[in-house]
Amino acid sequence: MIVVNTGKFSLITIAVGAVVMAFSHWVNVDYLYFASYTILQFIVLATAWNILGGYCGYVNFGSAAFFAMGAYSSVFMHKFFPVPIPVLIVIGALVSGIAGLGMGYLTLRLRGSFFAIATLALAVVLQTLVVNWDFVGGSRGAYIIRPETLELPGGIEINYIEYLFFLMLSLAVFAIITARTIERSQLGFGFATIRDDEMAAEASGVPTLRVKLIATTISGAFMGMAGAPFPYYIGYLQPSSAFGLEYAVNSIAMPMIGGTTSWIGPLVGAILLGSAQQYATVTISSAVNLLIVGLMLVGFVIIAPNGIVGLVQERLRKWRQP
Amino acid sequence: MEISWDLFLNAIAAGLLLGAFYAAVTAGISISFGMLDIVNIAHPAFVILGSYIAYFFNINFGVDPILVSIIALPVFYLLGASVYQVYYLSFEKRGQDSLRGLAFFFGLLFVTEVGLILVFGVDYRYVEAAYIGPSVHIGIVDFPLRMLVPCLAALALFGALQLFVTRTFMGRAIMAVSQDQLALQLMAVDPIKIKRIAFGVSIATCAVAGALLIIIQPVEPSVGREYIGRIFAICVLGGLGSMPGTLIAAVLLGVVESLTATFYGPSWAPAVSFGFLLLTLAFRPAGLFGR
Repeated sequence: MIVVNTGKFSLITIAVGAVVMAFSHWVNVDYLYFASYTILQFIVLATAWNILGGYCGYVNFGSAAFFAMGAYSSVFMHKFFPVPIPVLIVIGALVSGIAGLGMGYLTLRLRGSFFAIATLALAVVLQTLVVNWDFVGGSRGAYIIRPETLELPGGIEINYIEYLFFLMLSLAVFAIITARTIERSQLGFGFATIRDDEMAAEASGVPTLRVKLIATTISGAFMGMAGAPFPYYIGYLQPSSAFGLEYAVNSIAMPMIGGTTSWIGPLVGAILLGSAQQYATVTISSAVNLLIVGLMLVGFVIIAPNGIVGLVQERLRKWRQP
Repeated sequence: MEISWDLFLNAIAAGLLLGAFYAAVTAGISISFGMLDIVNIAHPAFVILGSYIAYFFNINFGVDPILVSIIALPVFYLLGASVYQVYYLSFEKRGQDSLRGLAFFFGLLFVTEVGLILVFGVDYRYVEAAYIGPSVHIGIVDFPLRMLVPCLAALALFGALQLFVTRTFMGRAIMAVSQDQLALQLMAVDPIKIKRIAFGVSIATCAVAGALLIIIQPVEPSVGREYIGRIFAICVLGGLGSMPGTLIAAVLLGVVESLTATFYGPSWAPAVSFGFLLLTLAFRPAGLFGR
């Protein structure tokens, strides 16, 4: 196994991102941007979920809530004081990160399952709040007119969807580098001790509550970042689309199917499931395709607990030592 | 002020009726989550499944929904027992029940919901019975039979469960397994068998709860999601595994929700249960009647 340090890994990931960007610009088909934006969004969500779920072992069922918080803070800012999308992404990260911290503080001192239940209920309550809050559109939803093009300094005009695609690609690169860095850091080892045996971790001096709170905050913040550009992408944001169950399901199913122990699992899962769903939504119905995701989730947790990455590793090990 | 008193009393009455119904929905989770420590978040999905079974036989054959649910009890029991068997073999036995077990139940919840959407569509469905429509008036307070009948059925179910848990041999064995599984093994009892039965009973209650739900309100497949917050809030507030606590917490939640819906609008009602849940977790995680 070739050991790659964090600096080199970041450079490689950024280079891959740049190649993807250059390739898309060369192809330059709007549909491709729209479809790959969704897949990139799922890469960010799945990686974010995995920082808490896969590394720490705490299940967050409220991905849709954190995602929607990012999306709705953008809607709020759009009406209140319009700022460029990169600033919105920072705001979304702050809002969802703080929400993650608060949820974690209230529930993580208790038994593990309480956190999961609280996040599940969080989605319902936030949806209730948004439905009753007319400023951000209430139950009718909010329109955000997406400009056709974006003018860069220097007078170059680029397609707006390409700009959104670029932002989401950067977020995906950033999320993967963060996840990989955490994995190799002392913090990551802290996460792993909690996942394996929290009692033993506590006894050996790991500040478990603080470590868990860091995980919920980072994880929530990334979900908020993924949600912030969403209103501009979709053009019309309704509570039911922002809080869609498909976000909650996919952000759990993708890491679970890909493999939860390293950064590559959510990436593999998101690319596979994301592209499959893009294909299936066009060819079959979206309900059937969600059913398939659900069945795959149940099937994988029962049959292949370590996901696709786990299966591949097992195969490699057998191949090396016959 | 006359009208407001009128509203207030009616809201309390509606809340009491609603609360008894919530108790029936929560009874099952009180056994699986409270006693067996299985975080079955798919519980509401089974309740909705119960609703649709009641709907199917009511509309096609004109059978009373509550009667359908009683006939469906053994089917739901077997369903529960087999779900537990899969859960035990795949997760509990391997010691992976926290992360993957939760994901498993989440998947079940999702698959059931989408499956119902594919079969029945996303339209609201309702049942027909003689007691849907008329109401009983006592003074200025209305008791719609649509709420009163489910309330009585819910109390009957709840009473039967309480008797089962405290008075029968099997019920006591379930309590024992919730307290000390190892001790039970030392008495040469198979805890897995007891847990399988208990989980079966917990899912069986969903048949009745589902039928009651569709009597009270029209049902569509995603209604179950609103109940996730509710049932866990009730279960935690009542104190895990305490049946009387569950009943009191359910009635409390029903009344507060009904008051909220009357004075602030029904769209705020789902937020109440979450408030309950967070306040309980923050101030008294053991619940009102926790051990």
